Amino acid sequence: MSDFAQTLITAIAIGSLYALIALGYTMVYGILKFINFAHSDIVVLGAWGSYSLSVRVLPALGYGLKEVPPVWVALMILLLAMIFCGAIGFTIERLAYRPLRRAPRLNVLITAIGVSLLLQNVGQLSFVFGASPQDMPPLLSDRALATFSFGEGESARQLVIGMVDVVIFTTATSLMLIMQYLVFRTKLGVAMRAVSFNTDTAALMGIPVDRVVSFTFVLGSMLAAAAGFLIVMKYPSISQPAHTIWVLLGLKAFVAAVIGGIGNVRGAVLGGFVIAFVEQFGAFYVSSNYRDVYVFTLLILILLVKPSGLLGSTLREKV
Amino acid sequence: MSLLTVNNLSVSYGAIEAIRNCSLRVEQGEIVTLIGGNGAGKSTMLRTISGLLTPKQGTIQFERKEIQGQPPHRIAQSGLVHVPEGRGIFANLTVEENLQLGAYSRNDHAEIRKDRERALELFPRVRERLKQAAGTLSGGEQQMVAIARAMLSRPRLLMLDEPSLGLAPQIVQTIFQVIREINNSGTTILLVEQNAAMALKVAHRAYVIEVGSIEMDGPAAELASSDEVRKAYLGAH
Ligand SMILES: Nc1ncnc2c1ncn2[C@@H]1O[C@H](COP(=O)(O)OP(=O)(O)O)[C@@H](O)[C@H]1O
Ligand SMILES: [Mg+2]
Repeated sequence: MSDFAQTLITAIAIGSLYALIALGYTMVYGILKFINFAHSDIVVLGAWGSYSLSVRVLPALGYGLKEVPPVWVALMILLLAMIFCGAIGFTIERLAYRPLRRAPRLNVLITAIGVSLLLQNVGQLSFVFGASPQDMPPLLSDRALATFSFGEGESARQLVIGMVDVVIFTTATSLMLIMQYLVFRTKLGVAMRAVSFNTDTAALMGIPVDRVVSFTFVLGSMLAAAAGFLIVMKYPSISQPAHTIWVLLGLKAFVAAVIGGIGNVRGAVLGGFVIAFVEQFGAFYVSSNYRDVYVFTLLILILLVKPSGLLGSTLREKV
Repeated sequence: MSLLTVNNLSVSYGAIEAIRNCSLRVEQGEIVTLIGGNGAGKSTMLRTISGLLTPKQGTIQFERKEIQGQPPHRIAQSGLVHVPEGRGIFANLTVEENLQLGAYSRNDHAEIRKDRERALELFPRVRERLKQAAGTLSGGEQQMVAIARAMLSRPRLLMLDEPSLGLAPQIVQTIFQVIREINNSGTTILLVEQNAAMALKVAHRAYVIEVGSIEMDGPAAELASSDEVRKAYLGAH
């Protein structure tokens, strides 16, 4: 019972991370119809950016790198990382993707791979983040918020609800709710959905399409930054920027977006949790050696049964 | 001075020249129609005027300002509103959201509400569908939404690309009735049609376009009674 519950808690925390990253893939796909391979590198930038900020800001504020600072410091670093990544996302779109607005999709796709490689390798330069792993200074206390005990004697188990998991879930959920509000309740959100349906017609409505695209990149990159920050809260040993672990993470978040129905904002959130549940429970009940296999098997199954994804629409324009 | 003046316009898709040296003008308060067969270059003309295509040669003046080369959202904001062929409905949005987009660049909320009321009076059926996803509407209803949405942009020139395409005859009647009403309340209209009979009935003046160049123009009634137009476009023998 407690093992099941512990796995559940982890799955929810990890699921909200996948969901955050998947949103970026799905929003960019929805609007520009290409897969932004560089998106996972923005997550890396969020993670490493949080690290670089912490090791500079903490001493400057008079806190040691081993002690936990007040909560506002963590919040500030999260915000700075989001702003930083938002700016990078804006710049990438502006310099790399906008000139290709009318180019064949394959060109854009190849450019995205190029941008991804560039970010990975620039990130590993010694004067940027370097090519070796680092340890994130603790920004949150890792104390348990609640502990439950089950059973007696030999079979006694404990269920621990940790601070970090709760922070991950609440931060990610708040950001996703803000996103939902933006996309479904504001004028800008209507414009985003209009652009994603038909760019030309959106322009005929007086919508500045380029600005909407920029905004989408900034938004997606900020969510990715938040995911990067939350990841290093949970797993403080940060792998170097070009490590395959990041590629795999991005790939799984992308799979989440596809499973939910690429281009569909709610689908991305659903897909994130589905992936995390399959991965975590598969690892727990079957074998943790195959945790990635479960995810990609699920992808294949869903693509066979419902190619447009769980919430993907098959609605087409009537002529 | 005309509201819209198109001068010696040429437009190409790669090596294919779709429009050659076309000139036309639309005066304040008129309904002008551009008629011609399939592939004649009518949509290309409208898409170029609204900035979706860049001309190879020629000028487009709207309210005395040259607009060719401006981005389409600027042109739309300046009051030149284009309802594209196939209606250009956002099927993934509700009817209400589609209407909102018509007023995207406006901030005069009280006036927007009035325009919305007026548009819904023209199309009572649209009012009944406000909460529905626009993609679930019939073709005729979608055309109504497209025109109602355009009215929320407060166009000074409204360009309609084949509003009657694929619609049942009595819906076509409704649409043309509304086009007349919109014009009576002061909006200038450039109407592209293959349905020459209907278009010539509602328009003041007409241009005939064939394989990318304008072959005839004049008062609509005059063209409607000319032998060439009757043979080629009105099905007379
Ligand atoms: N996107 C395009 N690419 C290449 N050729 C096109 C394109 N759109 C239209 N054309 C060609 O340009 C000509 C004019 O097309 P169009 O303006 O759509 O005609 P109409 O609206 O009068 O039916 C046609 O020969 C058509 O095949
Ligand atoms: Mg056409």
